[in-house]
Amino acid sequence: MNFTEQQRRNRRRTFLLLGVFVGLFALVGLAIDTTLIGAPVPVATMVAALLSTLFGLIGWRHGADWVMASLLAEPLRPSDPEHRQLDNIATEMAIAAGLPRPRLFVIPDPSPNALAAGPNPQRAVLAVTAGALALLDREETQGVVAHEMAHIGNRDTAVMTLVSVLFGSILMLTDWARRSLLFARQRGAGVNPLLPVLVVLLVLFGPSLSRLLAMAVSRRREYQADAGAVALTRNATGLARALEKIAASEFPLRAATRGTAHLFIVSPLRRRIDDREGAWASLFATHPPLAQRIALLRGMSDG
Amino acid sequence: MSVAGLPAILYIARMLVLLAVVAALVAWVIFAYNRLVTLKNQVANGWKQIDVQLKRRHDLIPNLVAAVRGAMEFESQTLERVIAARSRAVSAPAGAESMAAEADLGSALRQLFAVVENYPQLRANENVLRLQEELTTTENQLGFARQYYNDVATQFNTQQDVFPANLIARQFGFVHAELFAAGDDERSVPAVDLSLRPSR
Repeated sequence: MNFTEQQRRNRRRTFLLLGVFVGLFALVGLAIDTTLIGAPVPVATMVAALLSTLFGLIGWRHGADWVMASLLAEPLRPSDPEHRQLDNIATEMAIAAGLPRPRLFVIPDPSPNALAAGPNPQRAVLAVTAGALALLDREETQGVVAHEMAHIGNRDTAVMTLVSVLFGSILMLTDWARRSLLFARQRGAGVNPLLPVLVVLLVLFGPSLSRLLAMAVSRRREYQADAGAVALTRNATGLARALEKIAASEFPLRAATRGTAHLFIVSPLRRRIDDREGAWASLFATHPPLAQRIALLRGMSDG
Repeated sequence: MSVAGLPAILYIARMLVLLAVVAALVAWVIFAYNRLVTLKNQVANGWKQIDVQLKRRHDLIPNLVAAVRGAMEFESQTLERVIAARSRAVSAPAGAESMAAEADLGSALRQLFAVVENYPQLRANENVLRLQEELTTTENQLGFARQYYNDVATQFNTQQDVFPANLIARQFGFVHAELFAAGDDERSVPAVDLSLRPSR
């Protein structure tokens, strides 16, 4: 398989994301410097830039583990035949892709889904839900694992994991700022002057930020990974059947959040926007419509 | 600027241009050569993967045969075919003969799997199921290892053929890697020449 073109694009996106993230925090620092401190040296700007760079780099390296922890993923149990089969299938797909085998996890959730994360193939993780293992047969699981392997091979996982870490941290900061502001007002105590600045900035930059993230998690990557999975398994039927079965099951995945939804093979949140085509949906949906993906795969297996 | 100094400057400029061209050429040769070596190593590595899977296959078969033997008295022919094919595959010298033996073993195994499907008591046996899964994955891994090998071998061969990299390939004596023919599991056996070392 030849991943080089997509790898290059994803490497650019990774740098861009990190740059925007650091730039955003530097701006917050600058705002604090000019409005509150007024010191001749922009201390807050420098501290914000340094901390966000550090956080971004550490998140880039360890984000996959954070994502696994947030999804309550567990390592495989060798005593379970289904886990052993997943292990075997992952080895097969790693051989087909010429990549090291990713670390494997199972998410104890009845909703059928799967995801991969990690900054590079050497540090990649791949997780499948218990629901997917129970619902899918060997061929279908192979299709799903191949799809994730394609994401790992073309470095989609690097961008996606970084989005999770950075987007997740901004969500957390916004929540924290909003809540502290609320509590402070309830208690009638003095409000930390930093908080309003933070809230205003996040409200200002929030929309453009989500637009940027939507660009980074372009829906096209899912079609490309589907095609990559077929190139690895030389079999479109397995993945097509898997997606059909997943489409028919109605559970949302409980542990998934807006910060991790884009990592999954099928959107775990089951928002209606993911089933639509068009410019609006392309702007805000993290996944292309399942029906469209299935139709494309079915077209490959007939042709 | 004196009139006499002009030719000297022109001379230096010309030399600099020449030097830049030579440097670019050398850089390109190094790049093209390294790319070929990288591909060659990938091909060799892909080949080793296939060997690993074949070894695993040979090791697993006696266990499977022992596990299903009791329940399959009527199918002794199928079992004996597997056992015979395995011993031939293990003892065959590397090269075309080994390929033929492995292909034979593959088809014998597929027949055995098909027969096992007809024995409910075997399909309920955890040990048999486990061995069957192990052999299934070994067969799959073997198939995917061959697929990967073919992919990188094709890249390697293409890189040797396209201009101008073919000049480098010829100069350093790179030779084409042989591919597995489609459907070689069944009948046609390719002569796989793994003399990947450049013949000097």
